[in-house]
This record gives sequence, C-alpha cells and structure tokens, in this order.
Amino acid sequence: MRVNRRRLLTGGAAALAAGAVVTASGVANSAVVDHGFGTDAEPFYGPHQAGIATAPQAHGVFLAFDVKPTDTRSERDTVAAILRLWTVDAARLTAGRPAVADTEPELATRPARLTVTVGLGPGLLGRLGATVPRSARDLPEFGPDRLQERWSGGDLLLQICGDDPVSIAHATRVLTKNVRAMAVQRWRQAGFRNARGADRQGTSMRNLMGQVDGTVNLAPDEFDELVWLGDEVYPGLAGGTLMVLRRIEMQLDTWDELDRESKELTVGRTLDSGAPLTGQRETDEPDFTLARNGIPVIPPNSHIALARHRHDGERFLRRPYNYDDAPEPGQTSNTGLIFATYQRDIDTQFLPVQQRLAQFDALNQWTTAIGSSVFVILPGVRSPEGYLGQELLAG
Amino acid sequence: MRNSAVVFAVAALALAGCTPQHEEHTMAQTVTFADPWASAADTGMTAVFGTLQNTGHHDAHIVSATSPVAEMVELHEVAADANGVKTMRPKEAGFAVPAGGEHELAPGGDHIMLMDLTAPLQPGADVEVTVMFDDGSSLPVQAQVRDFPGGKENYQPAKPHDRG
Repeated sequence: MRVNRRRLLTGGAAALAAGAVVTASGVANSAVVDHGFGTDAEPFYGPHQAGIATAPQAHGVFLAFDVKPTDTRSERDTVAAILRLWTVDAARLTAGRPAVADTEPELATRPARLTVTVGLGPGLLGRLGATVPRSARDLPEFGPDRLQERWSGGDLLLQICGDDPVSIAHATRVLTKNVRAMAVQRWRQAGFRNARGADRQGTSMRNLMGQVDGTVNLAPDEFDELVWLGDEVYPGLAGGTLMVLRRIEMQLDTWDELDRESKELTVGRTLDSGAPLTGQRETDEPDFTLARNGIPVIPPNSHIALARHRHDGERFLRRPYNYDDAPEPGQTSNTGLIFATYQRDIDTQFLPVQQRLAQFDALNQWTTAIGSSVFVILPGVRSPEGYLGQELLAG
Repeated sequence: MRNSAVVFAVAALALAGCTPQHEEHTMAQTVTFADPWASAADTGMTAVFGTLQNTGHHDAHIVSATSPVAEMVELHEVAADANGVKTMRPKEAGFAVPAGGEHELAPGGDHIMLMDLTAPLQPGADVEVTVMFDDGSSLPVQAQVRDFPGGKENYQPAKPHDRG
C-alpha cells in the first residue's frame, strides 16, 4: 500500500495521525520535563514593547490610571518615576523573576509568556509638552455608541497579557500597588481568548457571539508600514504605536432571537467555519460582487463588507479579547469584546473603517461600544540601563 | 540560553576559585549589592534592603553606611524580645557576607536604617547609599525607592536617646 504524501499532510487522516504523534511526544516529554508552558517567557528588551506583535496570549488585562497631582514633584517627574518602577518590575516579572520587594515571589516563577505593555494618554502627553502624534486624540462618540466615563480615557495604560491568569494577577497587583502613591486606577478590563493549547496555534479566536474573529489581520512583515511609529515626526516615540481600545458590549439576549441564517447574513460569514458566504474556508477572499437572483450573497451592510479595507492603508492590527463579567442582579449576561487595535495613524487607518461600521453595520443592533480610549504606546526598552519613555521624558 | 550562560559564569567563577595565585581584592571589589531598594518615607527614618553577594575568597564585613539623604545611618537587625514582640536595634557586629555566599537585607531582618531623613524619599526615585567594609573599602549603590508597607518594627536605640 502506498501512502499519498499530499493527502496525508492535508487530509483528515493526517490530522488524526499528527494528533497521535503530538500526544505521544507529549507523554514522552512529560517523563523528562517537569513543567508545562509556565516557564515560557517573551523577550522584554527590544525596539518595540512586547504584547503587540506577540502572538496573542490567552488572557489580557487592561488598566488605565490617572496621575495624582502632588505638591512635592512635577507631573513629569511623577510620570518618570512610575515608568521607571514599571520598567524594572516588568523586565523581571516577564522573565519569571520576582519583582523588586516582591511580597509573593513564588507567584513570579511561571510567567507563561507574560507581557507588560505601557502607553500614555494623549492628554498626559500634551501636558508633558511632548509632540503628540496628530491622530492620537480621544475618538468621538459614534452614532451607535453609548460611551461611559468609567470605561474611557486615562493618563496611563497598562496592558498585561499572558497564558496564565495567576502570573497576570500577580503582575497586576505588583505594578498597581507600586504606583499607588502617584496614580489612581481609573478602570480595569479583563479579557480572555481560547485557553492555550485548546486549539492549533494561530487559530482565529471566536467571540462570544460565536463568530470567528480576527481572520483578516496583519502579516509580520507589514508592521513597519502599518503599526510602528517612525522617528521622523515624533521624537521619543519611534518604535511605539497608537492604540485604540473600545469596550463593545454584546446584546446576547436579542442576538439569540435571530435564526442562524440571519446571524450569518449580519456578519457576512458562516458561523461554523468562519468562511465568507461566498467561500468555503475561513481564509477565502470574500467576493462582494457575487449575487444570486440579483441579490448580493454578502449583504453590503454586513459586518465584513463594511469592515473590509478599501485600500491597503486602511488596515491595522487587531488583538481583541472577550470579556464575560458578572452581570448586574436580574441580568443574564455582561458580555462583549475588548477591541484593541494598533496602528501608526488612527485617522487614515482606523477611522474610515470605524465610520463605515458606525453608520451602516448590521451588527450594530446587537453590539454597543460602551468604552473608548486612545493611548500612545511607548517604544520598547533596548537595554537594562534604559526605562520606558526615557527618551520622551529627557527631550 | 540565559540559564546556560549563568551556569557557565558560575562554573567559571568556581574554576577561578581553584587557582592558587589569585589577586587580593578589597571587600568592596568582591561584594555586589543586588536589587537594592529603599522603603518610601516623607520624614523620619526608613530602611534599605537588597542582597549582598560576595564572590571573593574571604568573608566581607560591613561596618557602617552613609547616605546623603540621612543625618545618621545604622546597620540594624530585627529580634524578638521575651514576649515575642519584634523590635529592631543596631547590630553591633555589622553584616558579615560569607566568602562565596550572600547576606540578605530584607523587611523583618537585617537592614540599613536611614535616620533623620533630610528629604522625602518618593517612590521611583533613586537613593545613594555607601556601605563601608572593615578593610576600609567602600561600595556605593543606588537604591530604588519603593512604596512598601511592611517592615515597620519598633525601633529600640542602642542607648536611650537624650531627649533634653
């Protein structure tokens, strides 16, 4: 009997066979190695902060702080002090080492790809006298939005991601308590994707409406052009990026009222595979011109038809997390998406897409943005002598 | 990768220890003060912590310390009295850092006490501290100030203060 190599590599039998191999090696490894992925660490030092180009971890916590005014220090000195403390501890915790003065050092030994990403609000940047990137400003409230102050804005952003919620909780506690004299927490949002190992690496996540989310995203070689800030205009920010963070609530009770076909027409993709309604596989290019009986197969006001970039410059990195928090008494769900995007220019990359969606997206009936923030993500720290924002604050 | 580099470095040091004709170093040259930090305080007194590591062949003894932000600096230990109540007091013998070993300065244990602060120590700032060894050498360190609520034992001076 001959085995067709191509069929083996692509067919269902191959998946079974590959699964068997993985399982066997997993068992073999477990006899030798006494740890799982807990000791996996993402590099901290480099031209960019980790947590953006990093393959999305299973959990993410986003925290915003406002700088407390003090009589004893200038705001600039206070911000520098916060960034120095965060740099020292983030470098240690992401490497699996306890923070300085860590009261729970045992919680630091399993970073599980922990990343800490720090940003400054455009308002704070302006107060510090920095050149604020032109498009870094609070977004307006779009038509369907119901923005709440408690989920919006802030002077400082901490994005803490990792594959283990325990190391995230520890990092969150350490980084928060160490700046409590200088900054007050404004909001905190915790999110999750599929658990690590639950699926093949690189699989698009599903949001809690059941849709495959994040199919169209940037390739690694597109980050320089579409994500990282250049040094030509904004001193001290080269290698950083602009982040939009929108908290999007899902109305699952009314979404439930829709039949499956209506849900698929709303999104423009099938629910099972995530394929566009004109294709077979998730990665198939949607054909927006295809019509049956004169009616477009993908409705023009479906989510993917409007979210689709009209030219290459309308693309940005999406790195969303689901949230599923405790509902208010009497409610059945408090569910949605922490929609985090990263781009060089919000005006040219993000806004055109957002304006189309705000105006026409069929999904708007079941989704509502309740929080909106913009942060300037600082460049990375290149060596242990440096600290986050050093160049910006020295200038 | 990083771990193997550390192992290699440690092995190299161990090999160096086997060489009979090593140079004589001052204590300050063989001792490093790892992860130094100070507890934040506006006035009064506060403490400096960290890990003293001695890569030399002889024990190193720290006998005193100074800091530009404190009128007086003492080397302290924390000890429980007959009732089990912990107090801190000057450690007359100073801190010994064993050859090839370390001595930890931590809340609830030995620490360097900065007294009569001349300026507030605010979180995120750096404080200069210089530790002096009994061979006359000295080691300057920069301790990062941290907001830390622990390590607040009662202070029991070596001799009763003259309050007059």
